[in-house]
Amino acid sequence: MKLVTAVVQQARVDEVRQSLTALGVRGMTIADVQGYGRQQGHTEIYRGAEYKVDVVDKTRVEVLVNDVDADEVLRAIVSAARSGRVGDGKVWVTPVESVVRVRTGETGEQAV
Amino acid sequence: MNSGDTAWVLVCAALVMLMTPGLALFYGGMVRSRGVLNMLMMSLGSLGVVGVLWVVYGYSGAFGSDLGGLGLLGSPSEFFGMSRLVGQEGLSDTIPTFAFAAFQAMFAILTVALISGAIADRARFGPWLLFAGLWATLVYFPVAHWVFAFDETNAAGEVTAVGGWIANRIEAIDFAGGTAVHINAGAAALALVLVLGPRSGWPKETGKPHNLPLVVLGAGLLWFGWFGFNAGSALTAGTTAAIVFVNTLVGASAAMLAWMLVERLRHGRPTTLGAVSGIIAGLVAITPACSAVTPLGAIAIGAISGAVCALAVELKYRLRYDDSLDVVGVHLVGGLVGTLLVGLFASASAPAGVAGLFYGGGLDQLWRQAVGALAVFAYSLVLSLGIAWVVRGTVGFRLGTADEDAGIDETEHAETGYHFGEVRNTLRGSRTGEHGSVEALEGSVR
Repeated sequence: MKLVTAVVQQARVDEVRQSLTALGVRGMTIADVQGYGRQQGHTEIYRGAEYKVDVVDKTRVEVLVNDVDADEVLRAIVSAARSGRVGDGKVWVTPVESVVRVRTGETGEQAV
Repeated sequence: MNSGDTAWVLVCAALVMLMTPGLALFYGGMVRSRGVLNMLMMSLGSLGVVGVLWVVYGYSGAFGSDLGGLGLLGSPSEFFGMSRLVGQEGLSDTIPTFAFAAFQAMFAILTVALISGAIADRARFGPWLLFAGLWATLVYFPVAHWVFAFDETNAAGEVTAVGGWIANRIEAIDFAGGTAVHINAGAAALALVLVLGPRSGWPKETGKPHNLPLVVLGAGLLWFGWFGFNAGSALTAGTTAAIVFVNTLVGASAAMLAWMLVERLRHGRPTTLGAVSGIIAGLVAITPACSAVTPLGAIAIGAISGAVCALAVELKYRLRYDDSLDVVGVHLVGGLVGTLLVGLFASASAPAGVAGLFYGGGLDQLWRQAVGALAVFAYSLVLSLGIAWVVRGTVGFRLGTADEDAGIDETEHAETGYHFGEVRNTLRGSRTGEHGSVEALEGSVR
């Protein structure tokens, strides 16, 4: 099993969700997060006082998938999240040792 | 008694009252979220302390019979508690004296609340209330007498009751409080900033406004209430009130445009905070002038004030004083601009009937305005420094650095402003009230 984690532009979350749903992915975790990448932050001005904001708002999408689906899910997220501009985010895949569905107690690929 | 005038002034008093909670939101949105409640509470505290003091001896000190005929202070004991006025048919012009007293009470409350913007995040709440009471007593009530108490004359034109020296001897025009309210509060704000010092970490770590929509809401309530503030100061529902109303509209509108223009030129973007700051700067400046100028004069005064205040608020970073929410930059500077520009833009065709420099009146009115402005500024600054030093030296004024870092809402009020589904809310073992005693709660609640 694999955990696919994507940090993407807030505005692209719906596209990402739709493309994953089209693949048959039935659940995901979505969270508002803050951070920064190569582009760094931006500057805000309040009554002439400039504030450098180092972290920017992003959304993290996490999907638990079976090994065979991981590549396809990864590609779907990347194509849905890409605008071509700086700050599109990152996607990474990590191996998962065990999964349990809380309601039934099912484990492993059954629980994904 | 004129029931139309009375209705107008009572409604205006209620409008001005709304300015104080409006100011609380205006200020509250400008601080970090962990200090929003204290910012609100300082304004509410002014409503409490000054509201009571006004009735006890404030009204009497401001509008009671002049002590010694010098125009410096009304007799605080004459209307002590205002009981003497109950059951009487006492009139101020065409309205009940109580209506006038209620209207003026709101001015006193708002003026004290204005000061609090300068000391965000670092003044202990109890000492602030003490300062508010002392300042109202020693500074606002006398200055209101100087500026707002007019001589009473009989049919033959002889003075039967002496009023304040600025209103009657200097004859400076301050229709609704450019000197008594804004210069007065601005000077006190400057004094408090000097005594309390900057916030810990200022200017780098003190944060940006946490809720600009709240600031806009507060500014909207302020502008709405300001129509009562200015147009109500006519004390009659008539032509003067109507002209003042229009001037109050365009003065603020022009100032908003001017502030945004300055921002556009200096920083590349017109901002929301700049727009609402411009509104307030324009309202401040048009307040003393609104009965003395034509609407075109109001636009000029508003525009000048908007631009000057936009530049003035950046001074604090150069001069290194932490006037947190720009009470000095907006109210002191805006009040000076409006008060002095009366001497230039006053038109004899306006209700005040005085011509300024640009309307053929020469320099006569300008020096009167300058004397009134400087007198209130100097008096307020010196007295406020004294009161702040006394409060600091006796009960302490400044929040401890550790408490300041933890957040003034939590340390001074044991509350926080916002709860959005935080995990810690769901982890409580029990809720207050579910158990019979405080002892039973111990251990189950943090």
